[in-house]
Amino acid sequence: MDDNKEKRLLTGNEAIARGAYEAGVRVATAYPGTPSTEILENISKYPEIYSQWSVNEKVALEVASGSSMAGARTLVAMKHVGLNVAADPFMTLSYTGVTGGLVLISADDPQLHSSQNEQDNRYYARFARVPMLEPSDSQEAKDFIAAALDISEKYDTPVMVRTTTRISHSRSLVVTGPRKDIPIRKYEKDSQKYVMIPAFGRIRHRAVLERWEKLRELSDSTPLNKVFRGPAGDAETGIITSGVVFQYAREVFGELPILKLGMSSPLPEKLIRDFARNKRKIVVIEELEPYLEEIILAMGLETEIVGKELFPLYGELSPGMLRTSSERVMGKNAEGSGVQGRAALQIRDIQEQLPPRPPVLCAGCPHRPVFHILKKLKLKVMGDIGCYTLSVLPPLESLDSCLCMGAGMGQALGMEKADPGLKGKVVSVIGDSTFFHSGITPLVDNVYNKGTGIIIILDNRITAMTGHQVHPGVGMTLMGEHTVTINPEDIAVSLGVENVEVVDPYDMKSFEKTIREHQGKAGLSVIVARQRCVLLDRKKPKKYEVFIDQEKCEKCGLCLKFGCPAIEYKDDIYSISSLQCSGCGVCTDICRKDAIICRSPS
Amino acid sequence: MKNDNTNNRKRERHDISAYLERNREKVGKGGIISVLFSGVGGQGIILASTVLARAATLAGYDVKVSEVHGMAQRGGSVVGSVRFGNQVYSPIIEKADILIALEKLESARYLDMLSPDGFLFINDYEIVPVSVYMGVKKYPADIEEQIAGITPGYITIKATDIAAGLGEIRATNMVLTGSLSRFLPIKLESWDEALKDLVPQRALELNLDAFKKGREIIK
Repeated sequence: MDDNKEKRLLTGNEAIARGAYEAGVRVATAYPGTPSTEILENISKYPEIYSQWSVNEKVALEVASGSSMAGARTLVAMKHVGLNVAADPFMTLSYTGVTGGLVLISADDPQLHSSQNEQDNRYYARFARVPMLEPSDSQEAKDFIAAALDISEKYDTPVMVRTTTRISHSRSLVVTGPRKDIPIRKYEKDSQKYVMIPAFGRIRHRAVLERWEKLRELSDSTPLNKVFRGPAGDAETGIITSGVVFQYAREVFGELPILKLGMSSPLPEKLIRDFARNKRKIVVIEELEPYLEEIILAMGLETEIVGKELFPLYGELSPGMLRTSSERVMGKNAEGSGVQGRAALQIRDIQEQLPPRPPVLCAGCPHRPVFHILKKLKLKVMGDIGCYTLSVLPPLESLDSCLCMGAGMGQALGMEKADPGLKGKVVSVIGDSTFFHSGITPLVDNVYNKGTGIIIILDNRITAMTGHQVHPGVGMTLMGEHTVTINPEDIAVSLGVENVEVVDPYDMKSFEKTIREHQGKAGLSVIVARQRCVLLDRKKPKKYEVFIDQEKCEKCGLCLKFGCPAIEYKDDIYSISSLQCSGCGVCTDICRKDAIICRSPS
Repeated sequence: MKNDNTNNRKRERHDISAYLERNREKVGKGGIISVLFSGVGGQGIILASTVLARAATLAGYDVKVSEVHGMAQRGGSVVGSVRFGNQVYSPIIEKADILIALEKLESARYLDMLSPDGFLFINDYEIVPVSVYMGVKKYPADIEEQIAGITPGYITIKATDIAAGLGEIRATNMVLTGSLSRFLPIKLESWDEALKDLVPQRALELNLDAFKKGREIIK
C-alpha cells in the first residue's frame, strides 16, 4: 500500500516538468499554448529552475539558446504552431548545436482540441536533422527529458521531445526521483560554431550531416526503441508505432509483435529491417501524416508495408478505430464490446436531436460587448487567436478571419490596400497577450505603410484562453516577481499612431460612439478596449444584481442575441440566472424597453 | 409539469451489489474498468476524475486519466475519463463500464460510449445550451424516457439539489462521486484518503459531506 502512495498520478506536462527538475535543468522558457501550457506552470514551482514566459516562441527559443550557450541544461516548450514562430532560430540552432543540453518540447494537437490546425511536427525534426523522442505515457514523459538532455550534450544538438494532447493531458502513474546536480558546462568562445556567417554555416552543415549518421547508429542501439514480442512470438504480421498510439496498439493488438519507437528521428533502420525479417506484413500505425510509413517504404523492404490505407490522415486515433481495422491487420476480428445493431441506431436517433453545446464566451466576458457593436456596425473584422475567436459563433458571428497569432492587423492593411472602398469598414482585433506575442511588428507595418484602419486591442490584462498566464502588460513574472507594466497604448503612441484611445467595453454606448468617431478619421486608429477578464474576479462580490422586470419585458428576444449564457429563456419567460450572471450589467444597454434592471447588491 | 413527471417516474433498474460484484470480477480477471464523466465546462469533471483516479491508485491499481483543457472548456460539452485495473494501456476509453453525466442531456450525447451492459448515472439537472435559446434546437423534454428504453442500467440522482442543500452546488461532482463509489471495488478508506490528498483544506469538510450524502442515497 505504501508503494502506491509513492507513485504519483501526473499529466504528461507535469511529468515533463518533474523530468526537467530531476535532470538538472536550470533555465526553462515558453509562451503559453494548449496543450503545452502546464509544463512551465509546473516548472515554475521549482525554485532551483529559473523559468519565464517569453513574449513568443521565437524569443523563448532564443533565450533558451543563450542559456544553453552559457552551459546550463535548458528546456523550452511550445505548442505545435508555436514551432512555426520559432522555426527561424530552430533551423539554424541545429547547425550551431549546444553547450548545455537543450530540449525543445513540441506539444502537437491532433483533432484540433484547441488549435487552428493539426500539423504534424515530426517533420520538423527531420527537416532540421535533429533527434526526436516520443513518450507514450507520463513515466516516459519524465524519463525522456533526462534521455534527451544526455543525447543533446553527447551529440551537440538540440533535441525535440514531441507530445500530443493525449500525452500532455492524460494522467498516469510516475515514480519520481531526486534532482541530479549537473554543473554548468564552461562556455568558450567558438565563432565557427556559434556565428553563422555563410563560410561557417557551410562547415556546420557538414557537421550536422556527420552528426546525423551517428544519431542513426544511436537510434539502432538505444533502449528507447524496443520490440514487444507478444504472446504469439514470431507472428507473420508486426506493428510499428510511436507515442500514445503505442498504447492503443498494445491494448487492441497485444498478441502481435510491436516495434515501439521512443526515438523516431532518425529512424532505427537496422532495427526495422531486423523486425521485418520473416514477416509477411508490417502495419505502421500513426496519427496524422505518414511520417514513419514513408521513411520505411523508402527503405525498400521486401515485406509488405501498410499504414494510411487503413488509418486516416486527419484527427486522432483511438483503440476503437484500431479495432475497426483489426480484420485487415490480424486477419480476424479483435475481441471487444460494441453496442449491437438496433440499440446503436436508437442511440444515434437520440443524439441527432440534441442541441449542440459549443464553447461560448463566459457570462460577463468583456469581449462580448465589443463584438456585439462590431456586428451592429456591420464591420469586417480581421481576427486573431484567443477566447475572442469564439465570437465567430452565433449569435455574435462577427469575425471574418482567424489565421494565426498576430495576423489580423496585416490582413486588415492588405484588404484596405486591395480595395480602398473598404476604408472605414475594416477593423482588426487582437488580444493583449497576442499583441505582445506578434502584434507589434504588424502595427509598425501599418504605421509605416500609412494604414488608415481601426486596430482594437482587447486588453483583459491576462493570457485568458490558456488559463490565466501573466504577460508584459500584467506587471508580474512567471516566478511571481513584480516587474514593469507595458501598456499597448504607450507603444502605439511611441510609434506615432495619430489616434489612440483607451475605452471600457462594459460602457457599451461610449464604446460604440468611439468606434463611429474613429471610422471618420483620416489616419490609423488604435483603440484599447480595457476590462479585466471576468474570471479573474469571480471570487469578488458582484457589482450589480441584474434581473428582468417581467412587467416591462415585451418578449422581443433581443437580449438573447447578445449571447450571454446568463440570459435564459424558458417557458416563454426571459430571465437572468443569478448563478451564471457575473453582475457586469452590460446587458441593460441591450434592452429597448429598459426591462433589464441593475441594482446594487443588498 | 416537468417536476411531476420526474417525481412520478420510478423506472430505474439497478442492483448495486450485482454491478459491484461484476466490476470486482472484471478487474480480478485482469480486465479494466472504464469510467466516463460527461458534463459542461466548469462543473468540476477534472476534480471528480482525479479523486477517482487517486482512490484507485491508493487501492493498488494501475490508473490512467484523460482530461480536456483550453478552448474546449469554455462552457462547452466536456468529457473526462478514468481507467483502472491490473495494467492499463490506453488513457482513452473505447466503451465505458460507467457513464456519469453531471448534466442531463450530456448523458445522451455520450451514450454511444457506454458499454451495452454498462451503467449510467444521470444528474437531474439541466444547463440549457445557448443553441436552445437561439431557437436552433429544443432541449429534449423526455430524455430520460428515451434513454430508459435502451439502457439496461441507469439511475437518476438529484445531486445538484443535494449539493445545494449543503450550501454549494459546485459540490455536485462529489455527490456523484460518492454514489459512484458504491459500484467500484475500491475501499472507503482509499476514497477518504484521496479526497484528503486532493481537496484544499477549506473545502474538505464540504466535499467529504457531499461524498457521504452521495454514497448514502444509493440503496
